[in-house]
Amino acid sequence: MSTDLEQFYEIFFEESSELLADMETCLLRLDVNSPDLEDLNAIFRAAHSIKGGAGTFGFTDMTETTHMLETLLDKLRKGELEVRSEMVDAFLKAGDVIKEQLAGHRGEGQADPAAAAAICEELKRLSDEVLVPPAIEIPIINTKTEIIPVENEVAVDEIRPVSMDDSSKLTYCIQFSNDGMSNATIENLFANLKQLGIVENNTPKNEKELCKLKLTTSNSEEDIWETLAFVVDPANLKIEVDSSDSAEVNVTETRISDATHANVESLVEEDVCATTPMPPAPGYGFFPGAPAAPKDIDDSEFNLNSPQQQSVGSNKNELQATSNKPSSKANTTTPANEASSIRVSVEKVDQMINLVGELVITQAMLAQTASQFDPVVFEKLHSGMNQLERNTRDLQESVMSIRMMPISFVFSRYPRVVRDLASKLNKRVELKTVGENTELDKSLIEKIADPLTHLVRNSLDHGIETPERRIAAGKVAQGTITLRAFHQGGSIVIEVSDDGAGLNRGKILAKARERGLPVHDGMTDQEVWLLIFEAGFSTAEAVTDVSGRGVGMDVVKRNIQSMGGRIDIESVFGVGTRISIRLPLTLAILDGLSVAVGDQMFIVPLNYITESLQPSAADIKTVSGHGRVVQVRGEYLPVIALHEVFNLRPNVTAVHEGILVILEAEGYKAALFVDDLVGQHQVVIKSLESNYRRVQGVSGATIMGDGKVALILDTAALVLSSKQEFV
Amino acid sequence: MAKTILAVDDSASIRQMVAFTLKGAGYEVIEAVDGQDALDKANAYKVNLVLTDINMPRMDGLKLLELLRKLSHYKAIPILMLTTESGDEMKAKGRAAGATGWLVKPFDPKRLLEVIGKVIG
Repeated sequence: MSTDLEQFYEIFFEESSELLADMETCLLRLDVNSPDLEDLNAIFRAAHSIKGGAGTFGFTDMTETTHMLETLLDKLRKGELEVRSEMVDAFLKAGDVIKEQLAGHRGEGQADPAAAAAICEELKRLSDEVLVPPAIEIPIINTKTEIIPVENEVAVDEIRPVSMDDSSKLTYCIQFSNDGMSNATIENLFANLKQLGIVENNTPKNEKELCKLKLTTSNSEEDIWETLAFVVDPANLKIEVDSSDSAEVNVTETRISDATHANVESLVEEDVCATTPMPPAPGYGFFPGAPAAPKDIDDSEFNLNSPQQQSVGSNKNELQATSNKPSSKANTTTPANEASSIRVSVEKVDQMINLVGELVITQAMLAQTASQFDPVVFEKLHSGMNQLERNTRDLQESVMSIRMMPISFVFSRYPRVVRDLASKLNKRVELKTVGENTELDKSLIEKIADPLTHLVRNSLDHGIETPERRIAAGKVAQGTITLRAFHQGGSIVIEVSDDGAGLNRGKILAKARERGLPVHDGMTDQEVWLLIFEAGFSTAEAVTDVSGRGVGMDVVKRNIQSMGGRIDIESVFGVGTRISIRLPLTLAILDGLSVAVGDQMFIVPLNYITESLQPSAADIKTVSGHGRVVQVRGEYLPVIALHEVFNLRPNVTAVHEGILVILEAEGYKAALFVDDLVGQHQVVIKSLESNYRRVQGVSGATIMGDGKVALILDTAALVLSSKQEFV
Repeated sequence: MAKTILAVDDSASIRQMVAFTLKGAGYEVIEAVDGQDALDKANAYKVNLVLTDINMPRMDGLKLLELLRKLSHYKAIPILMLTTESGDEMKAKGRAAGATGWLVKPFDPKRLLEVIGKVIG
């Protein structure tokens, strides 16, 4: 059977990305002074799993890097080395390298072998720092044997240089009785020994009962002893340091005799008679005498060496008692833990959302038609329609929820960003996240990441002061940046707040004047803060490579607006700044108010509407050459007559006979003059651009219940165009 | 009747690869994501062979081995450890916990079938 491993690559990539992300989270959480063993274990497990997968699927560069990572982590979790922040840095860097390697295999970019080599070197240096007992070298040797089954010569060659230096190696003479051992058992044993080092078989050809071996290894005698003790009766086993290493001989001999209580025969087979090359390690093996081991290696003699067999027997009663417990539990447990989530491509989900959108429209059309039938005669039809409406709504909600992802997907990257940047700027910053589980549409999650990164970096660079300045200002040396997400109405609000210096009103105004922006001292704080979103605006005294070039805040604002969101700033000088982003929960559905103009219907997105009113004729004023304004609670707002914008014939032409919908966008207000308000709906957004072309003042379209198309107004554009007329 | 194998690994890619390989060779495969999951499933289905990873969250392979061997159905069922740790320390632990044998990761599908064939072929 041929198995194409490539079909599992994608799963492996996804899995590894997740493991890397988990690893990073744990690393950032890790307190160097008192590391949590659970975290260390989790990090180790992540590295270990990636290594396992990478090895299996033949990504040898990843195998190497993760291997070095694993080796050091293993020492840390076993307490052989102390965690230091330098190591955490190295781990993070290694994580980045592995990420790059992963991306390389995915066909996204090219991993840098030099970076990988550098980080491997560093990890090796870190793990070698303490005088390591030889036993710790085992994992390194293992890699060599592990790689062989994949038949990847490259990996073997590349890993070899990390194995220990030859000076620590010793040659041992091993002699044991092979009486009653099958050939398979002996082969197995050789294979095990080969994992420790270089094995020479010195058994004389005519020798039937004794096995003589030479093993050159850096492992301790105990290791060899352990390996052999599985298979060979300790009473018949002798291990000696090869007599050529004379200095060690005495010590070793006494230890052996202690251990075995057997007569130590002199074992001087100096002339190597037969050097039979051993078969390569098969990569698997069986324990003789273990339950269900294959017959050919099973040998009754070794059952004595199997403590497990006895314990099973002696604990019989107790075991039966315990065996009942889990089985009764199993009946209640659903046998599908791993089925708790599945991976589906986004296209499929989008297609489903689209279809549900169509279904909603069809349902609305049906409902409208059905409403014309007599409810008494067609009672069943009507109850059926009600049911259909309910089911459609539920279906729509659940389908929409598939696309929802917790904002933690974005938040999780910031601990790293903050950590790296803070150390670069010599600032002390703590990042707090609140409401990570708040859900947001996947497409928005992807789009919000960049603007949010910019805001976080800005907070750190401009907001948070240096520890000295903070102390001088009577604050704690460590600054705090808080990321907060919560739902409010049909929107999600994401806040980036810091307890830093706050915005400097005077400085911003001065800078704005310098740039020739129309400002005056009477501007509200809110208006002043919005100036920082102007293109090319920066009050930073020194331009750093972090921020301060003024490229960005305007881009941030534009990005947020393109998502249908808005951004607000609150700031108190010396106390801190809070920037909040308000986004619609999804881009596919919109809460809208339908308004009528003539025979046409338009949808106004609800989140831009502050109120609707019918003005008295006295409140309407005409400004010559600039159209009309309306006075609403002491404020004069420009009136936008929708029928003029779209050149329609309205039912009412006098403003006080119609309705004014007060809109607010980007800090500006305007009054939209329409004939009538029709109702509030959730509408499915259809792109006008992809179906027709871009139309000024329209952001999209939807299909109403009666099958007619209604245009969705681009509120922000309308408000801004009215503002230009009056400035 | 096809023999049933319980494949235990916290790594989805390895698990799927194992399952795919074994199913292709005509075995029934039940997957488990960690020791605890495996124990529950081992109770629910009486499988003919268990193939388990060692390093797993919640319950590791060694603990699973130990607990499985205490169940009457699993006293004499082959249980293979699937592990990257081919060190003898790990083998000793595996043996003590009642493993039938071990298979070193990484392995290719052919080798997997070879080992499985030896024990339940």
